[in-house]
Amino acid sequence: MSVVSDTIDWFSDSTHWSGDDGVPHRLVQHLGYTSLTIAIAAAVAIPIGLWIGHTGRLRGLAVVSSGALRALPTLGVLTYASLYTGIGIKAAIFTLVLLAIPPLLAGAYAGLESVDRQTIDAARSIGMTEWQILTKVEVPLALPLIVGGFRSSTLQVVATATVAAYIPGPGGLGRYLIDGLALRDYPQVVAGSVVVIVLALVLDGIFVLLQRLALRNRPAPVRSTV
Amino acid sequence: MTWLQNNTDKVVDLLLSHLWLSALPIVLGFVIALPIGWYANRHRRIRGVLLSAAGVLYTVPSLAFFLILPSIIGTGFLSPANVVVALTIYAVAIMVRSATDAFASVSPAVLDAATATGFAAAGRAFRVELPLAGPVLVAGLRVVAVSTVSLVSVGALIGVNNLGSLFTEGYRTDNDAEILTGVIGIVILALVFDGLIVLVGRLLMPWATASRTTGTSLRGLARARR
Repeated sequence: MSVVSDTIDWFSDSTHWSGDDGVPHRLVQHLGYTSLTIAIAAAVAIPIGLWIGHTGRLRGLAVVSSGALRALPTLGVLTYASLYTGIGIKAAIFTLVLLAIPPLLAGAYAGLESVDRQTIDAARSIGMTEWQILTKVEVPLALPLIVGGFRSSTLQVVATATVAAYIPGPGGLGRYLIDGLALRDYPQVVAGSVVVIVLALVLDGIFVLLQRLALRNRPAPVRSTV
Repeated sequence: MTWLQNNTDKVVDLLLSHLWLSALPIVLGFVIALPIGWYANRHRRIRGVLLSAAGVLYTVPSLAFFLILPSIIGTGFLSPANVVVALTIYAVAIMVRSATDAFASVSPAVLDAATATGFAAAGRAFRVELPLAGPVLVAGLRVVAVSTVSLVSVGALIGVNNLGSLFTEGYRTDNDAEILTGVIGIVILALVFDGLIVLVGRLLMPWATASRTTGTSLRGLARARR
């Protein structure tokens, strides 16, 4: 397989490891977009998800909106938005935020939903305020699912940020794939794909550890003696 | 609207390719995942390994997946086979988890009763387990269908024609109506697949309650990515 050996050659070429087109710079860009997106999306989705989960109001809205948003093709939203925002990262960030919201919302909402009603009633009966119930009972117990929401949404954004390289402006690792295809430089395409895949797997691994940590640090379950 | 009227033939052609490119992975994914899920449910140790493997496969970003496949299975870089194979693997990855949950939801007492009334192993699997696992299987398949229809559009970036081609062409020619046509077409196609699955599910399982399906599809949504 010549593509495989060409790809190995691509990785061993030191010019691919420095400068604006080098793997480290592109990787930092990619992670930068991802963190910015997740921060904006979380600022929107987490309070709403916690509110829906805590009050039980507008549940239908949460379910329908996450379902409908999921059917939206990302490339379509991206290209449509970029016709209005022009070349730059605005369209990409807008699309990525839109995509990152549903899993975060679902995680926060489903996490709170999963908390045993008796536990919440017990907290209320010993005189905790609603705010204390939310922050000291519901959120700690829901943490593994909330972290799960962050995991889904981060991986979604890493994948879509790759596609976002189709529009000029955003750099990131997707450039290797899109530019390589345009130039028929297949070793670059394959090398870029490998870097994107490894990044996704590493991030997923980190989230698995975070989820385990969240699971371990939550209060021990109290067995019902009924 | 005028753009659509003037380009009806092209849109219909792209719609048909989109239909095939999504139907194939959805059907193949279901057929492949069903026996794997059934088997995984019966063998605890294999279940963990299979579900982690499915999780890892689903983590691979789509565009990178399309472009790494040629080096692995020897297809051309711009071949539609890359899209079909990658999306089938995603479908299997989501569906194996759903199928495992589905078979686990069948009460062991019912299975014992079936054995006691004289069902042989194969008869019991097809005529007792499968119908009872049906509602959860339907919920999983709905998630697979919506995500597959939306992901096919990314194939446009590697030159595989489908409704996503309206995004790339619309972007190049600065035509927002064309992009919007693609977005709406894909959402409609996703809804049609979803409705079809629900309808077939109701016809095959008239006893299944709607509430149960909604609950599991929400959990599926919270879990599914990209």
